[in-house]
Amino acid sequence: MSDLSAQSVSTWLKDFAEVINEQANYLTDLDRQIGDADHGSNMSRGMSAVAALDPASFTDASGMLKKAGMTLVSTVGGASGPLYGTFFLRLGTTFTSDGELSAADLARGMKAGLDGIIARGKASPGDKTLVDTLTPAVAAAQQAADEGRSLAEALQAASKAADQGRDSTVDMIAKRGRASYLGERSKGHQDPGATSMALLIDSAARCLA
Amino acid sequence: MADNSATAHDTEAAPPTDSPAGVGIIVVSHSHRLAVAAVELAEQMVPDNPPPIRVAAGLDEETLGTDAAAVGSAIEELSGCSGILILVDLGSSILSAEMASEFVDPDLAARVRISPGPLVEGLVVAVVTASTGADLDAVAAQTADALAPKVQQINS
Repeated sequence: MSDLSAQSVSTWLKDFAEVINEQANYLTDLDRQIGDADHGSNMSRGMSAVAALDPASFTDASGMLKKAGMTLVSTVGGASGPLYGTFFLRLGTTFTSDGELSAADLARGMKAGLDGIIARGKASPGDKTLVDTLTPAVAAAQQAADEGRSLAEALQAASKAADQGRDSTVDMIAKRGRASYLGERSKGHQDPGATSMALLIDSAARCLA
Repeated sequence: MADNSATAHDTEAAPPTDSPAGVGIIVVSHSHRLAVAAVELAEQMVPDNPPPIRVAAGLDEETLGTDAAAVGSAIEELSGCSGILILVDLGSSILSAEMASEFVDPDLAARVRISPGPLVEGLVVAVVTASTGADLDAVAAQTADALAPKVQQINS
């Protein structure tokens, strides 16, 4: 099950699309409180387009991941398009060969994705963004890899850390995106992008192990 | 100065660099209608010789959003220009414009600049300046400073 292929990537992305569609109203509600109330509908539109991609039309996981990234870039519409798009493009350029996915591979791919998101959005940890979910998740995956643990254990650790990272955004003051216009008033609200990113990592833990 | 009116809304790629077409302009906005209207307003200033202008705005004519791939296509359509200035509206339009530069040939990307100028006033200034045959540095500088006349008029 830990084999990486266009098919396994497709399973993950379809699962994430399903979760996003289920949670779209919740994500949009979070965004209504500190943003422009479109995160759920934007992500839902983008992931529905990604879920429609046929894994059989790709020769490997890398091709599927890159196409997913480009699809998000063109269909999400908001800042999440370039940010999630960059994440998947970076995964696609990191996972260049199909076959067994190790905990170390996972950590390396996630780190490349995080670095891409930071370069694109210029956000730092503590800015109340999806970076606050992804940063501890990458660290947890890396630690699991360093300790020689399995891919499944690394994914579980990353998922738990991602959820904690998401929760940590509640007390933060937004420094990026629409929410930053609210300043102090953004405090007390969970960041919608940090929330959807935690859903992505949770989905990976379910599907890629 | 070359008459660029023929290339203003061509869907064909502009001619190769041996006959550079001056500075081209791309409008990146969440709203297709907003971008088209802003172009209409700006082109009023240069009815006879508008510079090459492309719009990459909205996910379609109705849906609000920006699309980095569409911006990339617009850049490629203006590859015959000596320089390309991108005007943006809010938030993700900047991310999409920045990402688009990574989708195109690095030599072409080196001739692309994103303006911090305001969309409407900036576009007017960019179109007028580009139509005089000014180079990218001059068009970009004038556009970045496009709010100055308004600020001066209101504050004086």
